[in-house]
Amino acid sequence: MGYMLEIKNIHKTFNKGTINEKKALDGVDLNLNPGDFVTIIGGNGAGKSTTLNAIAGSWLVDEGNIIIDGVDITRLPEHKRAVYLGRVFQDPMTGTASTMSIEENMAIAARRGHRRGLRWGISRKEREEFKKKLAALGLGLEERISTKVGLLSGGQRQAVTLLMAAIKKPKLLLLDEHTAALDPKTAKKVLEISDKIIEENQLTAMMVTHNMKDAIAHGNRLIMMHEGRVIYDVSGEEKRKLHVSDLLKKFEEVSGGELDNDRMMLG
Amino acid sequence: MIAEYFLSLDPLALLRAMPGTAAQGIIWGIMALGVYITYRILDFPDLTVDGSLATGAATAVMLIQGGMSPALSLVFALLAGMAAGMVTGLLHTGLGIPGILASILTQVSLYSVNLGIMGKSNQGISLTQQGLVASSRYVTGDDRVFFFLKLILGCLILVAIVYWFFGTEMGAAIRATGCNPQMARAQGINTNYTKVLALTISNGLVGLCGGILAQYQGAADVNMGRGAIVIGLAAVIISEVIFGRLCAGKKIAFAYTLAAVFVGAILYYVAYALVLWLKMPSDYMKLFSALVVAVFLAVPYLKGRWAVRRRA
Repeated sequence: MGYMLEIKNIHKTFNKGTINEKKALDGVDLNLNPGDFVTIIGGNGAGKSTTLNAIAGSWLVDEGNIIIDGVDITRLPEHKRAVYLGRVFQDPMTGTASTMSIEENMAIAARRGHRRGLRWGISRKEREEFKKKLAALGLGLEERISTKVGLLSGGQRQAVTLLMAAIKKPKLLLLDEHTAALDPKTAKKVLEISDKIIEENQLTAMMVTHNMKDAIAHGNRLIMMHEGRVIYDVSGEEKRKLHVSDLLKKFEEVSGGELDNDRMMLG
Repeated sequence: MIAEYFLSLDPLALLRAMPGTAAQGIIWGIMALGVYITYRILDFPDLTVDGSLATGAATAVMLIQGGMSPALSLVFALLAGMAAGMVTGLLHTGLGIPGILASILTQVSLYSVNLGIMGKSNQGISLTQQGLVASSRYVTGDDRVFFFLKLILGCLILVAIVYWFFGTEMGAAIRATGCNPQMARAQGINTNYTKVLALTISNGLVGLCGGILAQYQGAADVNMGRGAIVIGLAAVIISEVIFGRLCAGKKIAFAYTLAAVFVGAILYYVAYALVLWLKMPSDYMKLFSALVVAVFLAVPYLKGRWAVRRRA
């Protein structure tokens, strides 16, 4: 069986040729097997979110290829890639339309990859399905299906966004620090829901996080990025045995070297 | 002198002007409905309307002069407006021109187009023309009740169609685009397509309004759309300030909101008639329109600020 995701040597430089030039991705290579749940860590500007945005098509990469389940999507516009993807963002506002109801948001997600015609936006059968899915979250949202999403809390919005992301069983689920804006208790709950949804739907997933504990506790594989490259990649037994201290050591190893360089430059 | 001024005002004259005022308000409400689609649903400040209103009017008048039935000419007024809206949409999405600027470009070019359609700056409809969809003559005629019923029914049908459309999959995609384009794209919606579609539909309504308005006043004029966006915005904003709370939470709140836009347009014209009745020179009416919009836009904002200050 082939890879679910192949990233081949992608590069991206922002503001090329200006004083703000920033090399964000510097040759990222990554292959994901079907069912892999990869957590991604790294410092600020390491290229974690940028990698996810490259896959999602927020802009086109300068170089390299991105292949999902054998289909090269490198040049596809964002809305066409959405067929293969489910996405949850850091800002709970980003993943849903606040002026539309919970059921309307879910109905829009349920039509991802379909032609949107002049049929009514939501069917009675769907409404029942949505209620079931919402009830499984255990947040009581099934009773508020026609509530505008803008009235929900950040955690509730992320939970709804997760359901929307998984509703079409995407080939790849992209979680971009989706718990970073939540309080610790809510973050834990949303992570539990994420685990459950990934497992139930047997999704291949990538999760960017700032929290090393979460990165170790979730998923079957962990990668660390630094300066636009993947510098560490562990999975299986080895990952399970990881401690935060191991990651910190690894982290210092790479950024420490850089510090020395800085010092040398200052000297 | 002040007493003299007040004595010179005739309350009956104001009352006599009301049917015509209401008719104008209802007709402009169609245009305001179009403005609601771009300004509120798509979140796109579309100034195309100042041009597309006259395009619809010019198209209808020229076709009527050519012998077409006035009712059928409205279909072409609608199509002409749609074409104008589509141009703005394509300038914005296809060529990357900022929305408001794209709409100004279309608006300016429509001035020439409208002159081209009419051959000169204005064209009239014959006084003996039969079968007009609307006319100021009907307002005072024997059938005036029937005329108003027809007008209101027609507008309710428009509200129903717009309500239905924005409940469909396609309409929901447009609403999502206006609310959160990032989310829309992540859900596979081609936001360029939905933007063009919304602008097309909106300006179709504006063109239709232009066609009816030309029939109502018996002529099309290349300048008749000047400042139309302000009237449309005034109607939308008045309706929101007055009916916003009443509509919220109702089962078909959106349909009420759309219908309220017509009431907003009528109220705008009542205020307009009142100011004229107070003998304000008609030259100042555009200034008046702009003031109405500025005040109604400012009210919710200032209310919010005062509320914050009181809490502090």
